[in-house]
Amino acid sequence: MSIKVENLCFSYGERQVLDSISFEAGYGRFLSVLGPNGVGKSTLFRCMLGLLRPSAGTVTIEGNDITSMSAAQLSRHIAYIPQSHNPVFNFSVLDMVLMGTTAQLGQFSSPGKAQQELAESSLERLGILHLKDRSYANISGGERQLVLIARAIAQSAKILVMDEPSASLDFGNRIRVMQTVKKLVQDGYAVIQSTHDPDQAYMYSDMVLALYGGKVLARGTPQETINDKVISTLYGVDVEVCSMRCDEVRVCVPKKI
Amino acid sequence: MTNNKKKLSYSAIISILFAALIVAIIGSVVFGRYPIGLKELFGIIGSKLVYIEPFWEPVQESLLLQHRLPRILMACLVGCCLSAAGSAYQGVFQNPMAAPDILGASSGAAFGAALAILLDLGSTMTIVLAFVCSIVTVSVVIYTGSMAKGKRVLGLVLAGIMIGSLVSSGTSFIKLVADPDDQLPAITYWLMGSLNGTSPDDVKFALIPMAIGLIPLFLLRWRINILTFGDEEAQTMGVNAKRLRSVVILCSTLVTAASVAVSGVIGWVGLVIPHLARRLVGNNYRHLMPASMLFGGIFLLLVDDISRNLLATEIPIGILTSFIGAPFFIYLISRDGERY
Repeated sequence: MSIKVENLCFSYGERQVLDSISFEAGYGRFLSVLGPNGVGKSTLFRCMLGLLRPSAGTVTIEGNDITSMSAAQLSRHIAYIPQSHNPVFNFSVLDMVLMGTTAQLGQFSSPGKAQQELAESSLERLGILHLKDRSYANISGGERQLVLIARAIAQSAKILVMDEPSASLDFGNRIRVMQTVKKLVQDGYAVIQSTHDPDQAYMYSDMVLALYGGKVLARGTPQETINDKVISTLYGVDVEVCSMRCDEVRVCVPKKI
Repeated sequence: MTNNKKKLSYSAIISILFAALIVAIIGSVVFGRYPIGLKELFGIIGSKLVYIEPFWEPVQESLLLQHRLPRILMACLVGCCLSAAGSAYQGVFQNPMAAPDILGASSGAAFGAALAILLDLGSTMTIVLAFVCSIVTVSVVIYTGSMAKGKRVLGLVLAGIMIGSLVSSGTSFIKLVADPDDQLPAITYWLMGSLNGTSPDDVKFALIPMAIGLIPLFLLRWRINILTFGDEEAQTMGVNAKRLRSVVILCSTLVTAASVAVSGVIGWVGLVIPHLARRLVGNNYRHLMPASMLFGGIFLLLVDDISRNLLATEIPIGILTSFIGAPFFIYLISRDGERY
């Protein structure tokens, strides 16, 4: 077991966003968090990453409460992978990945040979070493997402928290990114993603956490959770979940078109 | 995107800049209304280390040591500081248009200097008061910005604009009540920025805050990269974003305040030079910071040479930096081929 969230509550002022959320995510496991817009998926992630302090409950990594860790210590365990973005200042792909190694360096140091090798091996692992001298702004959205994942790998964290890694990518890139993520899970990384695509959660993840109204609506394997009832409640539309290829995939379609 | 032009390596660029700075310094000594030759320059400098029979005029020695060298040194330092602060502010505010006066350092210094001139406090106190008012203004901006709800960085920038304009209205009021025969021209002249009359003591006064600010900015340069992604991303990468940003802002403010206190308001350098350096070595602060520092020093030194040599009377350097800086910047942004 790697990360454990217990009875986590969070409120912005008076408004309670998260109410007693509990779950665990283990190494070599892929957890998808489903839920409608504004349900608090990002808030949950912020609490797990130590960016927000929960009003009640705890987040522990390997038994240690994350509030007892510094940002640098925490970053060696858990990494955040934002949606592929366009930063204000453009960097080379290699520099982007090198930035993941910062917490390993002294306050006044710049990355050296060891970090360079780490960054290059991270890029190689994701199959994008050939992009290393390219400019981050001039590669495709899918490639950018892979660069951000490489940065998290270079950070040496074993728990990867991804904010909708496949959103805003085209069909092919979406599959390529998810296949890469799946491979990382097989290599022993714990991956926690938020997604708006239940089909994709079913295809790739081992566990699903469905949030509704700030509470856990369903938690379990994709087979247990991706069904008509849960998905219809979650998104407020009547949905029929169809099974295909001997239940290898499930497709959610609206009952009324 | 293909790029046919072969890019120079970072170390080559830095070596060239360094050599250019040395050449510019030597050239600046030689060019002046009162001639000092290369032989005299090395003779006078050498005589400070070993005994050399003076073959130069005594007036040359005092001119060199009391006026020309301090001024050259100050031009390099101020250029270096403003460019370093500009680069740093652009990074921490994630805003390519940020300049050293974004938090009101220049407006504060201008108010302090105007007040000192109004009260006839003398030139040393003008520098001191400008420095103090600059620091106080930025402190007020940071305090006000921290009270703003929502995005901290945006609150800080807005507070900078508001407090800056508040302080500027104070400066305008001082100009209104100043004696139009001698005080008003002095204030106006100070506001245009000039390195005229830099004394060795001025250099000594400015050097301490400048060094205290420049050294951490240089050492922390890799980490400034991480701040360009915003606080949350920086934090998840293991960087204490709030603390790092405070340190960078503090250092940048210190060097800016020291610069404007001794030189007056010199615009554009802190915006143009970092962008020029970005074009040359890319946005990675590990390379950008040293390149900005060197480039800023060279640029301001050369502009100051023009300011003291072009016409029979001095042209305030602030006028020249805007005159040269603005068209140059337009040329820069209209040219493609950004380097990362």
